[in-house]
Amino acid sequence: MTAAPWGAALLQALLYAALAPLLVGWVCKVKALLQNRRGAPVLQPYRDLYKLLVKEARVAHTASPLFRAAPYIVFVATWLAAATVPLVAVDLPTAAIADIIALVGLLALARFFLALAAMDVGTAFGGMGASREMLISALAEPAMLMAVFTLAMTAHSTNLASVIDHQLAGGIVLRPSFLFALGGLVLVAVAETGRIPVDNPATHLELTMIHEAMLLEYSGRHLALMEWAAQIKLLLYGALISNIFFPWGIGRSFAPAGLALGLAAVMLKLLMLGAALAVAETVLAKMRLFRAPAFLNLALLLALLGLLSHVILEVGT
Amino acid sequence: MSLTPLPLLQQLVLVLAAIVLLTSFVLLAQARLVSAIHVFAWQGALVAAVTTLVAAAGASPHLYFSALLTLVLKALLIPWMLHRLARRLELDRHVETLRWPTLVIMAAVALVIFSYWLVLPMVQERLAFTRNIVAVSLAVVLIGLLMMVFRQQAVAQVLGFMSMENGLFLAAVSATAGMPLVVELGVAFDVLVAMVLFGVFFFQIRESIESLDVDRLNRLKETAEEGE
Repeated sequence: MTAAPWGAALLQALLYAALAPLLVGWVCKVKALLQNRRGAPVLQPYRDLYKLLVKEARVAHTASPLFRAAPYIVFVATWLAAATVPLVAVDLPTAAIADIIALVGLLALARFFLALAAMDVGTAFGGMGASREMLISALAEPAMLMAVFTLAMTAHSTNLASVIDHQLAGGIVLRPSFLFALGGLVLVAVAETGRIPVDNPATHLELTMIHEAMLLEYSGRHLALMEWAAQIKLLLYGALISNIFFPWGIGRSFAPAGLALGLAAVMLKLLMLGAALAVAETVLAKMRLFRAPAFLNLALLLALLGLLSHVILEVGT
Repeated sequence: MSLTPLPLLQQLVLVLAAIVLLTSFVLLAQARLVSAIHVFAWQGALVAAVTTLVAAAGASPHLYFSALLTLVLKALLIPWMLHRLARRLELDRHVETLRWPTLVIMAAVALVIFSYWLVLPMVQERLAFTRNIVAVSLAVVLIGLLMMVFRQQAVAQVLGFMSMENGLFLAAVSATAGMPLVVELGVAFDVLVAMVLFGVFFFQIRESIESLDVDRLNRLKETAEEGE
């Protein structure tokens, strides 16, 4: 085991933390432009995070130690999950340690502590937000796993690096299963990162919020870590979708030139994906909460059809 | 048969066939009548596209004519007739309440698996590259049948029937490179005549029970109010 792969893995983990606010800023900027506003600068999320980090953290009297520990656990779990998703280079040692099922597990761990912390203080909104988050994630997780299994069946591995390697080695192959898996994964990503048809990231409107409802009691550095974790999660899903389904350009060695090319490629892909997200958020209206199960059923159906069409159309004697 | 050695054009055929299956599911779960008619039109267009590509990939030029016939009939004429009917019956904004939507979808998934199991022996034979589509088309037929069973609204049942016909056509194209032209023309005119007859029947049904909810036909009483 040499130093270069681990160095690249470390660099990539840092990149995740550093780039996540930028993606959110970009999405907000495009959304503002689409609504004929000038919008906040792209770097605004960094300023918000800095402001929150230097502010004093206030904690409710009724809060237990879990409430203080949860932001750190959520942030570290999300960050660890992100470190396993190849961003600029493929053959990362972190991707070899944790496969895609471990990734889903790490995200579930973060979500579990987020929901626990939301219920900890005992306010009504926290409990409501936690219950809604659990409703959505309980339906989103099977869909995500189905989509993942579709990829795994094609590549004969649940390891993200080998899935991407398999994609790159195959050249351009039109796979119906990947089309369905992409659709399912996009819907799951929208639900899991709390974007518009399911949850509105820009609202503090009490009746409709899901993610925000769980963070109401947080302030200062705790809130900054929670927000940062949410931004990393968005970047994680963006990198997952763009690098699995459109892996071209990703660095296959750890040479600086390859890494730089990989970074440029992934930035370009994420710029396009972010713009697409902003357009989708502009043209779509938020659904009622009780429509969310139907939305996620569609994701599950797409993932299932991906699995079935892989079996029916792509393999055989 | 694995996918990778196939040329890109044949892979595209498989992708389009998979999307036909998806439209079948959308049709099954779509509660808005007008949207369902649009989905049906898209399904017809996709079937026509599959036929065109099979003709191009398999060098069977008589399929171009079938593709054109399907496009005109299934993607343009019948959806237009249904649309007009829906407008004249004042069903433009009709939204059907589906009973157990998730259960029906899962039943349709089970039907897909069943039809795959059913055509497995056929896939073992050395047929053209389209043999894998036979399972898809059988599934489209069965899902159309399921739609006729579970929908209560007469127009939606007709959509199920027509999508069954789409599935049969797809099966013919994928299993045997298309039926003879005479048979195809006959089927096309049958479908067209059926459509006209359905239109007449819609008005008859509505006149007698003042609704197109065919569940009401099960009641023995003549007037609808007594059953409420």
